Amino acid sequence: MASTHAAAAPGRSEWDGGVSPMGASYGKLMMWFFLLSDAFTFSALLITYGLVRSSHHGYVGAVDDFVFSQAYWPIPEIVYQSIPFFHGVKAPLVFVGIMTFILIMSSVTMVLAVEAGHRMDRKAVEKWMLWTIVGGIAFLSCQAWEWTHFIHGVEIDGALVHAGLSHNPYGPPDFAAFFFFITGFHGFHVFSGVCLNFLIYYNTVMGVYDRRGHYEMVEKVGLYWHFVDLVWVFVFTFFYLV
Amino acid sequence: MSHSEHETEITVIPPDREKIAKLWKVAGILGIVTAIEFLIAFTMNAGPLKTSIFIALTIVKAAYIVGEFMHLRYEVKLLFWSILIPLIFIVWMLVAFIYEGLAIGSVRM
Repeated sequence: MASTHAAAAPGRSEWDGGVSPMGASYGKLMMWFFLLSDAFTFSALLITYGLVRSSHHGYVGAVDDFVFSQAYWPIPEIVYQSIPFFHGVKAPLVFVGIMTFILIMSSVTMVLAVEAGHRMDRKAVEKWMLWTIVGGIAFLSCQAWEWTHFIHGVEIDGALVHAGLSHNPYGPPDFAAFFFFITGFHGFHVFSGVCLNFLIYYNTVMGVYDRRGHYEMVEKVGLYWHFVDLVWVFVFTFFYLV
Repeated sequence: MSHSEHETEITVIPPDREKIAKLWKVAGILGIVTAIEFLIAFTMNAGPLKTSIFIALTIVKAAYIVGEFMHLRYEVKLLFWSILIPLIFIVWMLVAFIYEGLAIGSVRM
């Protein structure tokens, strides 16, 4: 690797320069601290969602008797129970489960690309980066479908009610507002990640990292991609499960 | 970059099967934990216990992603704690905001 955790010369502190006290290059360190700040941003969004949700009344009664109402917060598994091509089939959380699976798999292919980079194996890095990009695009496509379905809305008393920022058929207005904002902000991160992954893939194919002598860029962008997966794990729990 | 433009012989190190098997094992654990979450989502009634189990399982998944995939577990201790300790603020914010949310809920309607 470009930098290792070297000991300082005798009589000098580790912080006097010339060594990496944290055992990581500048770029990797900055990626870590950027991700820490991004974690605060996502936490602020998710915790505010928690505040608004806990300030609303929950639904009391059997899940089977549940109807959408402005009076209480909806049950997520009733809202998210559709899958593409199976109109009218009730499959609660199945689609979001597929999305979770896609993102976890793309995280695995990313870590395999990083591993191949450590071995200077260009062909393997190309292969795994391509799979990671495919996973990212698949996830974004799923999200596009989910948003379309969510906005399309449901029939209430025979009339189709669409979902928007100020009004939605599922529950209090805040419910849809948070859905759009949090999954949208995460989706934008996935989109940025796919762009970065493509850049890395392009540079790998062009032999940039072979000439540079190391594949650390794959590792840095890999950190970002895993973070996107990490955020989804939290969004999945707090938006779809709880 | 000009000084490193010359073509050098690249030696490709063969894959370490043990390391790759470990990565797939972590992926398997993430999949199994998610499957357990689905099972609980449909078999348990909503309540503080269900929410606590979900949060605990989410933290398990987060620990595997950050620790193994992002390799934080194997970094220098200084870096490890520099990332983990600031997360205390998130815990504080969570407690404060949920407490506040319940208070707002008690005066709503």
